Amino acid sequence: MKNPEGKAAQNIVLKIKDVTLRFGGLVAVGDLSMNVPEGSITGLIGPNGAGKTTVFNVITGFYKPTKGSVDFMGKPLTGLPPHKVCEAGLSRTFQNIRLFHNETVLENVMIGSYVRQKGRWWQNLLPFVFPAALREEREIRAGSLELLAHLGLAEQADAVSSSLPYGAQRRLEIARALATRPKFLLLDEPAAGMNPQESVELLNFIRKLRDDFDLTILLIEHDMKVVMGVCEYIWVLDRGLLIAEGSPETIRTNPQVIEAYLGKDAPVGDGPVGASPPVQ
Amino acid sequence: MKTKIRNGILNLLSLGVLVYFLWWAPGNLDGYKLRIINLIAINAILGLSLNLIYGMTGMFSLGHAGFMAIGAYVSALLILTPEQKVTMWILDPIAPWLLNFHTPFIVSLVLAGLAASFLGWLIALPVLRLGGDYLGIATLGFAEIIRILIVNLTPLTNGSLGLKGIPAHTDLWMSYGCLLVVLLFMIRLMKSNFGNVLRAVRDDEIAAKTMGIDTFQTRVLAFVIGCFGGGVGGALMGNLITTIDPKMFMITQTYSLLMVVVVGGLGSITGSVIGSILVTTLLEWLRFVENPVTIGSFHIPGIPGMRMVIFSVLLIVIIIFRREGIMGTREFSWDWFFPTGAPGEKSETKGVGQ
Ligand SMILES: Nc1ncnc2c1ncn2[C@@H]1O[C@H](COP(=O)(O)OP(=O)(O)OP(=O)(O)O)[C@@H](O)[C@H]1O
Ligand SMILES: [Mg+2]
Repeated sequence: MKNPEGKAAQNIVLKIKDVTLRFGGLVAVGDLSMNVPEGSITGLIGPNGAGKTTVFNVITGFYKPTKGSVDFMGKPLTGLPPHKVCEAGLSRTFQNIRLFHNETVLENVMIGSYVRQKGRWWQNLLPFVFPAALREEREIRAGSLELLAHLGLAEQADAVSSSLPYGAQRRLEIARALATRPKFLLLDEPAAGMNPQESVELLNFIRKLRDDFDLTILLIEHDMKVVMGVCEYIWVLDRGLLIAEGSPETIRTNPQVIEAYLGKDAPVGDGPVGASPPVQ
Repeated sequence: MKTKIRNGILNLLSLGVLVYFLWWAPGNLDGYKLRIINLIAINAILGLSLNLIYGMTGMFSLGHAGFMAIGAYVSALLILTPEQKVTMWILDPIAPWLLNFHTPFIVSLVLAGLAASFLGWLIALPVLRLGGDYLGIATLGFAEIIRILIVNLTPLTNGSLGLKGIPAHTDLWMSYGCLLVVLLFMIRLMKSNFGNVLRAVRDDEIAAKTMGIDTFQTRVLAFVIGCFGGGVGGALMGNLITTIDPKMFMITQTYSLLMVVVVGGLGSITGSVIGSILVTTLLEWLRFVENPVTIGSFHIPGIPGMRMVIFSVLLIVIIIFRREGIMGTREFSWDWFFPTGAPGEKSETKGVGQ
């Protein structure tokens, strides 16, 4: 197994081993192996329909791989339902933002905190009998406001989340993911819909988040240029297969990668419509 | 802090008004009006419990009449005296073990809720796994099965003859006392972070799972709590009307409750209370369309079931033109009457007895 260059001494926190996922006849991901070092920011790139989101869905428990395994900090994730994956310390965002759109910005983040909440639901019905539960609720509210301030959303705390501008919604989704207190953050095209300058700003901000929250971050990016600046290591997928991996410099000059990106002359659509809609 | 004290005082005041009204009403209103006022509280309890399932957690359930039936029968069977039971069971003798079962009313109320919860849990486990639209169909079928079981299990239920002479335990104090407990429960529940979680499960299941929420367990829990309310509501109703039979718990009963929830606003506690006031009075008022009327020389015979037709049409009209109901998902707040509250002090206290 190859290790990211210069990171040989680092711990591998997420280990994907020979993962294959088929949708009927379509091999969405084929024999993929990835080792993500602790504390790194790494990227998963590839053209439309390469299988990037599918990899995220396998890691986070939405899809069970046809073959292969995913380990997180030495424990198997394969077969765990999504909420257990979150409990284990992985959190994610979605390519098409999935906020709780009827709830306020603050409530969205509080919902994210719920997985770490110790008080039981019925304890909050009797605040005088269970003062600790009430205190915890207050702490969650305060902590969520703090988190929002960190992401520059404090002003909008009481706004309904769907009323936020697009960029702020993306940041809120990250805030909500952070509220689950993850050790590992998976970001699916965090810079989608932004211009190159905004994208670079966002990715720099993501780097800061990694340092502030002690995270390992794996992000999907469509635009190769954007990802080069921030990622320490990159995997390139094309049609479900890993075609290259390495540091940004080696990826940039890899002929196979260039061909994968330039070779496809017509943009691929959303692909075939499956029996169940893909989670994006 | 100021608004908090203000709201506290206003809550106490409205509670005082309610208590005064409950004390004044029995001596000054006739039995028919008192019954409607009682029914408003009971329908509010039932509406709130259905709202928890459908409005707050997003599970379209059509089984509430079934859970009411369970509650009504469990309660009645527990408080009827052995003598009453012996004389009432004409077709088949009553099951011997049931004959001497006897508990105080309050105990029977709790057991009614628990029985409904338990059966709700049994149906939720397989059906909620399927998710989505299956629940509506399954619960509809479930309610019908319960009704048919009641008709046929004569040694337990006295079949289609029903149960008569149930002591009239439900007075205004009882029904509004229960409503107050249910209201406090719902307000605290929906204001806690768990309330946020319920709404999250309703709004986006995939995102909720990603946030570490066991959506299946959460749904089961909300459903079972809602069933408890259904059972208690059914028991209160049985003890108000003093006679129950399987015909009381047909699908039309579920429709009226659906109406309460939809008119008031899916997901709004205040809405269910307002919805109950409107729907209960309207249902009574509409009884005239079922009575024969003579206008001049025209004689129109009464059409039984006509008010449910009008009701269903109304339900469709609301769903087409004002889907969010009267309240939407909003809640009552005293701030409505104080347009410029102190800035930064967002009050979230809700009125009681409104
Ligand atoms: N649930 C599903 N059922 C059937 N096919 C699916 C499903 N989910 C994804 N696919 C298919 O798998 C392939 C990979 O999809 P995926 O969404 O992972 O691509 P992607 O790399 O994220 O692309 P994009 O850049 O467009 O987001 C596509 O051909 C897609 O149509
Ligand atoms: Mg994708």
